[in-house]
Amino acid sequence: MSANNQLREWYPFVGPFDPCPPIIVKTYVVPPNQYIPYQPMNLPQFPLDQALKLGTLWPALYSPYESKCGTGGPRP
Amino acid sequence: MSEKQLDANYYAKLLELQQLDFALLELNLYLDTHPNDMQAVTQFNQLAQKRQQCAYHFEHQYGPLMNYGHSYSKFPWQWSEAPWPWQV
Amino acid sequence: MWVYEKKLQYPVRVSKCDPRMAKFLLEQYGGADGELAAALRYLNQRYTIPDKVVGLLNDIGTEEFAHLEMIATMIYKLTKDATVEQLEAAGLGANYAQRDHAMFYVNADGVPWTAAYIQAKGDPLADLYEDIAAEEKARATYQWLIDMTDDVDLQDGLKFLREREVVHAMRFKEAVEIIKADREAKKVF
Repeated sequence: MSANNQLREWYPFVGPFDPCPPIIVKTYVVPPNQYIPYQPMNLPQFPLDQALKLGTLWPALYSPYESKCGTGGPRP
Repeated sequence: MSEKQLDANYYAKLLELQQLDFALLELNLYLDTHPNDMQAVTQFNQLAQKRQQCAYHFEHQYGPLMNYGHSYSKFPWQWSEAPWPWQV
Repeated sequence: MWVYEKKLQYPVRVSKCDPRMAKFLLEQYGGADGELAAALRYLNQRYTIPDKVVGLLNDIGTEEFAHLEMIATMIYKLTKDATVEQLEAAGLGANYAQRDHAMFYVNADGVPWTAAYIQAKGDPLADLYEDIAAEEKARATYQWLIDMTDDVDLQDGLKFLREREVVHAMRFKEAVEIIKADREAKKVF
């Protein structure tokens, strides 16, 4: 699963008296476990080196997350 | 500075063990909620055997991984020697 | 009982001395949704949860201690040779006044850990839903921490820990299903 299809967007109301430059689009993550009621047997697995690196043995449970540091995200 | 220096092989072998142990941990948690998945049990047992060999070789070279008699020690007592995991 | 293993669950690296991030990481050390709280929450709940899910609480609780050690390792490395001036500038002056470079179970605000952070209701659903919520909160905290650093090595370890929260939440959800289905109707899964 790519980062994009786990990200949700919403557009907060921008008031005329908000002093900080408005963030037009806000995002939050919905990890894949939210769509798996009970993990099915025999799901494909990552190779062991990749599993450790990514933090799970199963691609179906993998949730990528990239830092917003330096992207003009929440932290200036 | 402590006289003991770790070589690249130490980090490679440690990583190999961490990879095996991580897969075992993941399968362990999975099996806690899927006790009837025979294929996963088989994979778990195979990896456990591989892990045992890997840990055996690692301990032979770099000293005991576990305390309280789950690992052997050379003389003098090796367990309390640095480095500790947060130092390497 | 527990037996210690002289290795980390994941190879922790940081690429610079950064006491500022160390202070923020304390949230996962001694914070309400941190690793200490998680370990103690699950290991305490195991005594009164139905037998079928004791193993899961036991094993996730144990893994949380490995995560606590990873967080401690990050904080240790980020502050190891920091000067008093650096610590003060990072907001760790009060910590230095109390304990030099020693860590303590406080959150990012410096508030000591308290058992009031965790619950045991003695009801399997109430306990498991608390556990799921705790995992989601810890996942969110890891996201905000990842957002706060440009150190890719530190990000790497934090991303691993964040993913573990996702997997734990998955398992706790399955435990809820086991609790719901347990009516002598065996082998549903």
